[in-house]
Parts: sequence; C-alpha cells; structure tokens
Amino acid sequence: MPHRKVGFGLHSIGAAVVNGVWRLGYASRFFLMTLISSGASFRRIQLTIREIYFSGVMSLIIILVSGLFVGMVLGLQGYETLQKYGSESALGSLVALSLVRELGPVLAALLFASRAGSAITAEIGLMKATEQIAAMEMMAVDPISRVVAPRFWAGVISMPLLAAMFSAIGVFGGYLVGVVFIGVDEGSFWSQMQAAVDFRQDIVNGVIKSVVFGIAVTAIALFEGYDAPPTAEGVSHATTRTVVTSALAVLGLDFILTVLMFRGV
Amino acid sequence: MLRIKEQIPVPAENLVEISDLNFTYGKRPILKGINMKIPRGKLVAIMGLSGCGKTTTLRLIGGALKATTGSVKVAGNEVGGLDKEALYKMRRKMGMLFQFGALFTDLSVYENVAFQMREHTDLPETVIRDLVMMKLHAVGLRGAHKLMPSELSGGMARRVALARAIALDPMLMMYDEPFAGLDPISLSVIGNLIRHLNDALGATSIIVTHDIQESLKIVDYVYFMADGVVVAEGSAEDIKASKLPFVHQFVWGEIDGPVSFHYPSPPYRKDLLLESAHAA
Repeated sequence: MPHRKVGFGLHSIGAAVVNGVWRLGYASRFFLMTLISSGASFRRIQLTIREIYFSGVMSLIIILVSGLFVGMVLGLQGYETLQKYGSESALGSLVALSLVRELGPVLAALLFASRAGSAITAEIGLMKATEQIAAMEMMAVDPISRVVAPRFWAGVISMPLLAAMFSAIGVFGGYLVGVVFIGVDEGSFWSQMQAAVDFRQDIVNGVIKSVVFGIAVTAIALFEGYDAPPTAEGVSHATTRTVVTSALAVLGLDFILTVLMFRGV
Repeated sequence: MLRIKEQIPVPAENLVEISDLNFTYGKRPILKGINMKIPRGKLVAIMGLSGCGKTTTLRLIGGALKATTGSVKVAGNEVGGLDKEALYKMRRKMGMLFQFGALFTDLSVYENVAFQMREHTDLPETVIRDLVMMKLHAVGLRGAHKLMPSELSGGMARRVALARAIALDPMLMMYDEPFAGLDPISLSVIGNLIRHLNDALGATSIIVTHDIQESLKIVDYVYFMADGVVVAEGSAEDIKASKLPFVHQFVWGEIDGPVSFHYPSPPYRKDLLLESAHAA
C-alpha cells in the first residue's frame, strides 16, 4: 500500500512540524517569562552571584587550559605560514585578531555549553524529577524567578568574562610559542598586535558576540532542563540536546554576527 | 456510590469543598464527579489503588491543576478561578509533604526549613533560627540541622520535609503518600507526627495514601476512590467493618476480589495452545 505509506510519512512530517512550532512558542514564552521575572536576580544579588560561581568560576579551568593550548597552536601554525612570506613579525596581530574576533567568543561559548550548560540542564531536570520545582511552587515561590532567572543572568554575565580570559590566555600562549620558544622579536610581536587590534571594531564586537552566545547557550540550557521529562532518560536526552543545540546555535549566530559586524571591513 | 455513613461526624465548617469535580487528561477521564468535604481541624485520608486519581485530587486542591468541570473550594475560594498572585497567597497558608520529601538538595536541613521564612517574611536571622530549631525539634531532628539531604535516611528526609511544610504554620496540610518506602519505625514516627502536628497547629490535613493500616490509626475520616470516583467513605471504624467487596479486599489485602489478580487476558488454555491441539 504505497499511498498509505505516503500518508503515514506526511502525517509524521506534519506532526513533527506542529510539535516543533509548539516547542518554539513554548521556549519563547519561557524566555519572556524569565526576563519578566528577573527582578529578584538583581534585588537578591547573592542568588545570581552564587550561580556565577557555579557557571563561571567553575568553568575557569577548562577555559584557561583550552585557551592556552589554542593560543600555542595558533602561534605555531601562524609562524609556519607567516615565515614563508617573511612576515613573522605579524604573528602578534594574527594571534590576537583570531582570538578576539572569533576563536575566543566561539570556543569559550562551546566549552561553556559543554561544561556549564549541560550542568544547568541536568540540575534543573533533576530538580523537576525529584519534585523540588513542584515543592517550590506549592510554597508559593515562583521557580522561574528563584531558580531560572538567576542562572540566566549568571550565564549572561559569565560568558563575556570567560571569553575575555580565553582570549587573554590564548595571546599569552601565542607569545610563549612565538617569542619564547621560536624566537620572534618580542617588540614587534606586541607592537604589531597593538597597532592591528582596534578597540571598537575588534574588542567590542568580540564582547557583543560573547554576550549573544551567553544568552543563547544559557537560555537553551535552562529551557531544556525545565522542559525535560521527569525521568532519568528524559534528563539524559535533555542534556544531550542542550550541548548539540547550543553548539549549532553558537556557530549559526557567529556567522550572522560576523556578516553584520565585519562586512566590508 | 455507596455511602457507609451519610454525614461527616463534625461538619462544623468545611475548609475544603469539592463538588461534582471532573478532570480529564486529554481525552482520558481521571476524575468523574467527585464530591468531598474536609472539615476544619480534621485529618482526612483519600485512599485507593495507584492511578485511581487521589494524587490528582490533591493537585487540584493545591491549584497545580485546574478542574475540567466542577468546583474545588479552599476556605471559600474557588481554586480554579484564582490568578497566580491570589493562588500564591493561598498557598502560603498551605503545606505539602511530597512522596519522597522533595528537599532542596543544594541546601542544608536548616536552610531547607528556613526557605519559606526567608522567601515570604522579613524576620531577623535570630528569629528565623529560633523558629527553625523549634520546627526541627518538633520532628526530633534539631541535632541534624547541619546535615545535607544526601546524608539523611528516607525517614529523616521525610521528617525534615514535614518540618519545612509546617514552617509557616499552615491552615491546610497535604500529604502525598507520606508512608511510601519507610521502615516500620519511621512509618510509626511519621504517622504520629502527622496526627500530633495537625492537633497542635490546629490545622486541617489531607493524606493521600494506600497504606491502610498506618493511616486508619490516625485519621478521622476516609474517602475511598476507585477508577476516578469515590466508592466509599466513613470513619476508620466504618471502613474496617465495611462489607463492600472492594473496600474489604483493600483493607484486608486480599489477593483476589473485585480487583482481579490477573490482567485481562484470553483463556489460559487458548494461550497454552491446548484448545487448538485438542481440536486437531
């Protein structure tokens, strides 16, 4: 019965589209509710600071170690390419621009999604599974305001700081390999970097990118946790979805932002 | 519905009134025309098999679900008609003990009990400390105030959750399967605490449970539910003496009866292929 199979296929596609649109609407409403319920995150700032510790400070090790290695690889690969054209002195600007414009915000966001995003989803998913969220509601405490919003703002605040640290330690990694180990001239390394990096064009745009990534990754992590079915399997799937969706969102947003920021430069 | 006793013994004033309540999940009916009255100061149990709708009834009283049709009134307020602010205001006068405690795992025992006080009051820290210690003393766990939930046994966690639920001296306490998974000593402790706290606080309590022996020792009145309807009601003595086949089977834990041991299935001989073999 081929027509029955076609009908079944169309039905499945239709159901998936309806489900997708419904979920997108629910996620948008959830995001809006988070913004509306954000007052307590600033009135009781200790709630947000606590989450900055768990999301930001606890992610420092992975961010710093990764940033150092990325900077060292950039220094090595950059030197290999630049020396062919006798431009080793431009190594500083290559490392700095690569990190500040692209690699810092993007890689820090991907690492943040893996380390903090997955933890947020698992924590909220388990709070739901163990009825902690329901208990909070029964105690007349709004979980969006008490649990979700402080984590959201903690992510938004932490992300640009982590990206900045990733870039800074990456520049140091490039310096270590380029100047200390290979022997590129130290003065030209730093002076070329200083001349090439523009505060408005490079650093501010890099910060804007990392703020947007912070919003995207944290919102996805919170929604997936809050929407997770209250079972071990449900939380596991939600955590996986957080990492996958966040990674795709960061890469997609990076392309859009790069087009908007650097088109014609 | 077959009533064992027509009237609740002391119908002074009802804190909770449920009338012609229907509730459906999608197209599946869960509750079908429930009527209940919970008088002030009384301890009332809602009993029945798993999936009969008793937890759903509790969630409707707490405003976590909205009735499809019918009415749920708490202290004269129609719960389904309350907006979020009014619902939260009403919930501040309610306490709920969840099946496995639902303690906040990132907070200590002390912080769990202090949670509502910090959220809803501006009490100074010294007063909060005294109140928390009093609540923990009431459940016998004052000495455990520094422990984390992961360091507690199941019975202790349930007692801490009980202390947290009574933190703001609620007018209505709701217990969702408070005896599930407890050892006999913890079971007795929790049972006695529920009765004692209800009387000491002057509260009204609703227990959803299928632990018949423990709950019949402490409750004033029982509603029996099956398949979304109230099939019997009465005092603990009425329920014990009931001749209704379902109630009798439930109370005395009989293996077979109106609730069949076997899931509906075709004839046994047919499944063993004996009938077709015999025919051949």
